[in-house]
Parts: sequence; structure tokens; C-alpha cells
Amino acid sequence: MLEASDISIHYAQRKAVGGVSMQLAPGEVTTIIGPNGAGKSSLLRALNGGLAISSGTILLDGQPINSHSRRVIAKRIAVVAQEADLRFPVTVLEFVLGGRYAWASTAAWGWETTRDVEIAREVISETQLDELSGRLMNELSGGERQRAVLARALATEAGILLLDEPTANLDLAHQATILALVRARCNKRKTAALVVTHDINLAAEFSDHVLLMKDGKSVAFGRPEEVLTPELLNEVFAVRVLVDAHPISGVPRITPVHETLRQSTNH
Amino acid sequence: MVTRRQSSEPARATFRRALFVCGLLLLTLAVVFIVASVVGSQRLPLANSLCALTGRSSCGLTLEQEAILFDVRLPRILLAGAVGMCLAAAGAGYQALLRNPLAEPYLLGVSNGAAVGTMIALVFFGVHEWSRPVFAFAGALAATFVVYRLARGRAGATPERLILAGVIVTTFLSSAIVFITTLMDATRIRSFTFWLLGDLSGTSTNLLLVAFVSAGIGVACLALNARSLNLMMLGERDAFDLGVEVKQVRVTVFLAASLLVGASVASSGSVGYVGLVVPHLVRLSFGSDNRIVIIASALAGAAFVIFADTVARTIIAPRELPVGAITALVGAPLFIYLLKRR
Repeated sequence: MLEASDISIHYAQRKAVGGVSMQLAPGEVTTIIGPNGAGKSSLLRALNGGLAISSGTILLDGQPINSHSRRVIAKRIAVVAQEADLRFPVTVLEFVLGGRYAWASTAAWGWETTRDVEIAREVISETQLDELSGRLMNELSGGERQRAVLARALATEAGILLLDEPTANLDLAHQATILALVRARCNKRKTAALVVTHDINLAAEFSDHVLLMKDGKSVAFGRPEEVLTPELLNEVFAVRVLVDAHPISGVPRITPVHETLRQSTNH
Repeated sequence: MVTRRQSSEPARATFRRALFVCGLLLLTLAVVFIVASVVGSQRLPLANSLCALTGRSSCGLTLEQEAILFDVRLPRILLAGAVGMCLAAAGAGYQALLRNPLAEPYLLGVSNGAAVGTMIALVFFGVHEWSRPVFAFAGALAATFVVYRLARGRAGATPERLILAGVIVTTFLSSAIVFITTLMDATRIRSFTFWLLGDLSGTSTNLLLVAFVSAGIGVACLALNARSLNLMMLGERDAFDLGVEVKQVRVTVFLAASLLVGASVASSGSVGYVGLVVPHLVRLSFGSDNRIVIIASALAGAAFVIFADTVARTIIAPRELPVGAITALVGAPLFIYLLKRR
């Protein structure tokens, strides 16, 4: 699996991540939470070799990540970034088939096999895009497009999923859909997922572990109910929060308390 | 915007589809080739010309007609084909790599880079013919590199930045061209201005050969990276995550596209807009998959330039226009349309 120990990442002079360790376990969803600039995305990018680390080690299946070729890494780790930029018209099916690139028998040339197409069809069903598979990507709504991006990542059949704010810019229903799909995949296939998100409540509901980060450092790591406490959240976000139990699922429910607003309504 | 019919099995690029497209375009190319060889300031009889083109003797053409066909038209048509192949494939390559449907060798200033290279070779190494394609290649490569670096902002290369970078490089190199022109004697200047707009009339067998070999190598290099380019044209970072060796592909495509542009400019000057018009029409007809777009652009580009050149030499016969004037006449309005549509 994927294991990072004591890694630091620098951008020119600035330290983005300092001495963070973590490991992903099969079938589990881990969420990284922290304020803007806490180094969450940098950490995620480094985990698949996309960003160089200045110290520490990242091991994929016991080997340093950079000792693997890109194609080997792509078969093991899939990344879901925020929206792809689409300046050329491609259909949903063509887009999702892109996830099969690393499985091609030759480096860059070649055509998708029937197996590739089968897998693409499966993930298109899994993400409920069947009826849209012949449509062009830039004709889809934001929520549909993000599902297609997720479908492409699932088509890689990678055992590790890294998701960088997959629900940003999505409405309530679509946010939940995306994370529910990820959760389902982890349960069914023992996939490990790492999600960077700003939505603490969604994280509480869908993840097994939460990593709280601030200023490039790991503040706490553990189960949501251990980490999402008023004290820790206050320390990380400098905002007072109320934490109670979700009336249905019982997971922690976080409500920020905005002092200034409350005072002004009291008047 | 292209809309496709919704069905249970949407169209996608397959090997069979690629073969079909290539067959169709080869047929078109053959027709254009035949038309171009009989049409001109002097019309040749079709049946006799076809007979002669297959290599048989005593086909009933007069000596003069044979000379027109084999010494004047055929080399010119072959060159037009090679140039079209080079420019259209290079355009498709740049567009995928730079993620911009407006990228085109001429508009990016790459053609001008190659032109400066060719002129330097002509002025300083005039006796060595081989120096022209070599310098043209170097010039194209340098211009590509500069445009790419200029266009890359913090947020990557936006289409607008890229076009602006192309304008800057083009104008800079244009003044370099003017400067070099002043080093030439007056009699050569006129033929040079003609050459700069794209001139297929005066090339040697050697340069024709160079153009064909370069076209073959360049198109093959691009086509072999087509599947990687499919992912890269939708974002380099995503392509990297999906397993593409992005840096390696980028270097290969830069080299291949520069080779293509260099070879074409060295033999015929800067024919503009071919790399814009042809890949655009190809994508419109056959979809955006580069495994089809690159090969199809090469074939369609050959047909397009042969056709444009036929128009250029017949429309005001016996005088002729530079072929670049015809391609720009089609290309510039299309460019405006594409820019407005965004």
C-alpha cells in the first residue's frame, strides 16, 4: 500500500509540508482537513509522485514511489482533481476510456481492447452516466462532469484513490453522490481513498480517519469522533465550533459559531 | 459546437474507423492529385495523362505536354502534398500539446522562425543546399521554445496568452526577416517576398526528398504519441496522473513538429493556416481522437495544399498567386470564427 513517513515539501523557499507521516489502509477512507494553505493538496500531490518531496520517504508497495514508472504508478494510484479543462470536444465514453491508458500494451500507441471498453462501461454505470456516455463532456452539468472525472479515475482500477476537493463547486446532492460513490468503491473493492475537502461534516460522515493539518504540519490523526473535537478544530481553524451528534447517523456534527454575527442578531 | 447523436454505442475511435478514414482520405487525395495534374494554364487530356502517370510510354501526349506534366506539375504537386502533410500534422500536434485549437505553426511564429533559419542559411551558407532544412529546423525549434515559455503563465498557457506570445514572436522575427532581406541584392528580394508567402514553384529534387522524409518521420513520431496526446490535450496534470510520461512526450512532439515545419518552410516558404484549417475540419468530421486526427490531418493536408495550389496557379492564369495567399483566404475567416465561438 501507500505509506508516507516524515515527508516535507518546499516551494522555492517556502515550506508547504513539514514532517507529515501517514499511511492508507485498504477499504478505508481518510480525509485531510485544514485551512487554506495548510499543505493538504501538496501532500496529496506528493503521494503519487506529482510533487517532489524535499525529505522523508513515500513507499508504494514497499518501494520508493519514484522507482516506479508513471504507468506502474497510474495502475496503482488514481487521482481525481477538480474539473478537467476541456477545450476539445470529447464524449464521456472517450473521456472515461482515458483511464485505461496505463493498461495499454505499448507505451503510447494502441487501441482500447474489448476489456477496456467493458471496464469503462462498468464504471459509467457505477457513476450513473449510462445515458450520457455519448454526450460531449462540455455539454454536461458540473455535477455530471465531476462524476465523469471520478469514472475515469475508477476506470484505472487503481487500489488507491486520491481526491483533491472532489466536491468543490458542487451542490448538496452532488457532493453526497460523489462521496457515496467513493465510499461504495472502498467497501466493495477494498480500495483506499484519501480525500482533501473543506466540508468537515461530509468528512465526518464518510471517512474512517481524519488528518487535521495546519501550516504544513499534522495536528491530529484518528477516527472522526477523536479528531473532530471543539478544542482541536478551534486550534486549527481559529473558529469556535459546536460539536454534537448527527441525529441520524450519530457521527460528529460540526457547527461554526460566529461571534460577531450572533452578537449583531442579539441586539 | 458539434453534437453527436445519442445512442447506446457512441462513436469512438477504433482501428477500423481509423482505416476507414485513411482510405477515404487517400481516395480524396488521389482524385485531387489527378485533377491537379491535368488542370492548369494548359489543360492536359485526362486519359492520356493518367496513362502517362502510370509510367507507360506512348500515351499520346506531345513532348511539350509530357514536359509540362513531368517537369513542371508533378514535382510541384508532390511538393504541395509534402508541405500540406507537414503543416497540417504539425498543427494537429501543436494543438494537442498546447491544448489550444487555435495553435498553428504560422500563427505561433514557428514558420517565421524556420523562415529566418532558411534565410540565414541562404545568405551565409548559400552553396550548401542541405544547410537550409537544417537551419529551418533549428529556427522552428527555437521559435517553438520561446513561444511556449512566453505563453506559460502561473496558471499554465491560456489560449489568449499563447496567441499573444505568437504575435510577439512573429513580429520580432518579421523584423529579423526584413533585416536579413536588406543584406540581399535587389533582384533576389522580389522572389523572396513571394517565397515568404509560400511558393511551391522553385524547389530542387533534394529539398523535395528532404520534405518527404521529414514528413514521414515527423508524422510517425506524432502518431506514435497520439494516445498520450489524447490525455495531454485535456490537461497535463491529469495526463501525468494517468500514467503519461509528460516531459518525454512534450519533447518528442516539439521536435517532431519543428522538423515538420522546418522541412516545409525550407522547401516552400511559409504557407499559413494549413495547420489550423485542416485539423479543425478533420476533428469536425471524425472526432477529436488524435490517433485519427494526426494521420487524417496529414492526408487531408496534402489534398488541401495541392488543391489550394491548383487554384493559385489557375485562377489568374497564366500568372499565378502564392499558395499562401489562397490558404490564408480560407484560414483567416475560420480563425476569426473559432476565436468568436469560444
